[in-house]
Amino acid sequence: MGDRLTKLAISDEGFIFDPETGNSYTTNPTGLLILRMLKEGKGEEEIVKALTEEFGAEEEEARRDLYDFLEQLRAYGLVEGV
Amino acid sequence: MARRYEKPVIHRLHVGHTNKFGFASPYGAKVRKSIDGVPIEELVSRFGSPLFVFSERRLRQKFREVKNAFTLRYPHVELSWSYKTNYLDAIVAILHSEGATAEVVSEFEYEKARRMGIPGSKIIYNGPYKPIDSLRVAVSEGARINIDTFEEIADLERVADEVGKRPKVAIRVNMDTGIYPRWSRFGFNYESGQAWDAVKRIALGGKLDLVGLHCHIGTFILKPEAYEIETRKLVELAYRIEDEFGFKIEYIDVGGGFPSRNRLKGIYLPPEVAVPPIEEYAERITTALLNNLRPGDYPLLILESGRAIVDEAGFLITTVHATKRLPDGRRGYVLDAGVNILFTAFWYHFNVEVDREVSGGAEPCVLYGPLCMNIDVVEDRAHLPPLPRGTRLILSPVGAYNVTQWMQFIRYRPAVVLIGENGEVDLIREAEDISDIVSRERVPERLKPKS
Repeated sequence: MGDRLTKLAISDEGFIFDPETGNSYTTNPTGLLILRMLKEGKGEEEIVKALTEEFGAEEEEARRDLYDFLEQLRAYGLVEGV
Repeated sequence: MARRYEKPVIHRLHVGHTNKFGFASPYGAKVRKSIDGVPIEELVSRFGSPLFVFSERRLRQKFREVKNAFTLRYPHVELSWSYKTNYLDAIVAILHSEGATAEVVSEFEYEKARRMGIPGSKIIYNGPYKPIDSLRVAVSEGARINIDTFEEIADLERVADEVGKRPKVAIRVNMDTGIYPRWSRFGFNYESGQAWDAVKRIALGGKLDLVGLHCHIGTFILKPEAYEIETRKLVELAYRIEDEFGFKIEYIDVGGGFPSRNRLKGIYLPPEVAVPPIEEYAERITTALLNNLRPGDYPLLILESGRAIVDEAGFLITTVHATKRLPDGRRGYVLDAGVNILFTAFWYHFNVEVDREVSGGAEPCVLYGPLCMNIDVVEDRAHLPPLPRGTRLILSPVGAYNVTQWMQFIRYRPAVVLIGENGEVDLIREAEDISDIVSRERVPERLKPKS
């Protein structure tokens, strides 16, 4: 997922600091889980599974929302585009 | 399962971007689970989505509020319902039961008022195009006709001869009341002397009784002072006519154009702040009358209010069908209702309410309609939490103009229901199906599909 993501400082409360740009962000618990897993290099299937297990999400909705979250990260330049 | 699922969102933090006004954002996620006590979900399960919902209680309340604002200040008032704002039978039936007469602008609206049991004498016939056949009917039935053009004067004289009656008429006047845009295309101009020419022309013909003056200065007028200027000018003209030609001006029709609590695009302040109360308009108009009328003379004051009465009685329930992330980072929603049935979306930012509590921070988003057309944008600056598919949104106020200006375009028009004062929900217009659209079509024999 690229260097940028691995350099982010992520707090337990969902506060995110990007040392490269100085920008900061907030995210919610589901977003936090996804970011952590992306940082660890986890893939789509593992993240969807975690969302369904930890939050009781429907698999289809979790997958749809994961795509949307990745689009948000791309819009902020935190992950590389396709 | 340890925690409640919430759609994942990430927001960039901005420092120094504080709102300079203290009131809450009008686009935050406001929750509305029912309308007049009827749950949103019950309405949708019975009548489908999208669904227009009107509240009888709100409609009557608003009508009385407007009526009282004027009748408490002036002894001789008539409220004439602007049919074009909403001519659904059930809606006009409520307004007529409150004592409203009918203000129509076409032969179609005239016919609709007549079939609702309104006699010609309780109809005001306005508009720049009145076909001569419709004038024959209006004159025979004693309707009040507000003349718009010199040609119409000639047409009415012809009808007067044919029918053997002296029609009671008024002229529509347009004028400078200090507002922009000035509606100069209707009626006769005041400042240029055109209105006076029309009076002279009517007097010369000798076949019509000029008994009224009419003006309608515009729409969604946020300046009550404009009505004071309008009323004063009309009273001055009325006395000049009486003094020089001996016509007694029995009514002064100041039109409508009073705003509703809707958020006009381009106006920064929310409607609660920007829109003056109806009492302020009533005060300006009646003060101008009482200050300028001669002692003992109280001509009938006619008001043609539409939007201010019905807009806030109407809601539209619509459903989130799909979500997409736009390249600029905003979220977009595809709804099942679009500009085909929400014509006023072009001019107003609606109040957007959600039918349930949705957790997650609000984010800027765009509400798109279901049409395969780029212009189909219901709201381009909503601020909502991440909505799951199937969430119902309640848009308001939508009671004015939408159910008359809606188009049959691509999709069927949805059902309209009325929540009665007794809490009962009645279907007042069925959802359309294909028969509504094809029933007047004809295919030449040679083009018919071979079966």
